[in-house]
Amino acid sequence: MTNAAFATPTSTHVEPIPVAAILPWAVFAGLMLLLTVYFVGAEEGATSLIGGSFVHEFVHDGRHLLGFPCH
Amino acid sequence: MVGNLLLRGMMVGVLAGLLAFGFAKVFGEPWVEYAIAFEESASHASGAHGEAEEPEIVSRSTQAGAGLFTGLVVYGAAAGGLFALAFAFANGRLGSMSPRSTAALLAALGFVTVVLIPQLKYPANPPAVGSADTIGARTELFFAMLAFSIALMAASVMAARRLAERFGDWNGATAAGLLYLAVVAVMFAALPNIEEIPASFSPAALWNFRMASIGVQAVLWAAVGLGFGAATEYAARSARPPARAAHAAASR
Ligand SMILES: [Zn+2]
Repeated sequence: MTNAAFATPTSTHVEPIPVAAILPWAVFAGLMLLLTVYFVGAEEGATSLIGGSFVHEFVHDGRHLLGFPCH
Repeated sequence: MVGNLLLRGMMVGVLAGLLAFGFAKVFGEPWVEYAIAFEESASHASGAHGEAEEPEIVSRSTQAGAGLFTGLVVYGAAAGGLFALAFAFANGRLGSMSPRSTAALLAALGFVTVVLIPQLKYPANPPAVGSADTIGARTELFFAMLAFSIALMAASVMAARRLAERFGDWNGATAAGLLYLAVVAVMFAALPNIEEIPASFSPAALWNFRMASIGVQAVLWAAVGLGFGAATEYAARSARPPARAAHAAASR
């Protein structure tokens, strides 16, 4: 897979990346990224992985303003 | 290839988080402060004053400054990364769209799926509005809504591709969009409502907070979609073979 499809700006034809090449990234990176969203959005609310309440208190305003249920 | 896209998405996401932080600071924080003042006066009025006040683990100024900054930038990076993964699947698979158009469309769909639809049913609440007893149920409903919304959008986009092959791009996309809205309407009717807003909480403050919250997300998603599209086009242009560029210059 190369950037060949992008190289001709006059054509809008884009060669898709094969699903098999995306899947490993989607699974591993996807999980890490979702875990990150969980830490900003929900850790130490209804559920807690690391305990305490520092994460909740620290990102508290962001959590409310991003629309996550907080308190 | 996917790794590059992922890195680009996360970097654009950090920038988008910075913009969202600026917006949140100006348009959102005043209503968070308002709600916290309301919360404190309500707990004093209800006689909870006698109980030991909760120790402050993180000061208000940290919450509204470094905490808000960290929350939005980290969320932006994660959202940008997830956006890049979705882009890797979508690019070249949505008709004859350029990568830049694909990025813009994907961000618009992402905003509808992850923000607009869940927020229309379970809107953002400032501090003081929710009951601590129901945080478990509210969290479950919110994330169930979010997961269902994402699954439904993915299914609708795939349906739109199929329908577009048979009936044309616009007809296919319109039909899939109508199906999507019909299922959303059923879902809205089926899921329970949450009604916990204290009667004395200013409706105008609640409205302003919620508009600010939607605004924070709109800034973030617009910046991710437009920034990612621009960065992708720029990368493609600078990756063009030099021979071709030289040829283009010579033939001018
Ligand atoms: Zn809160």
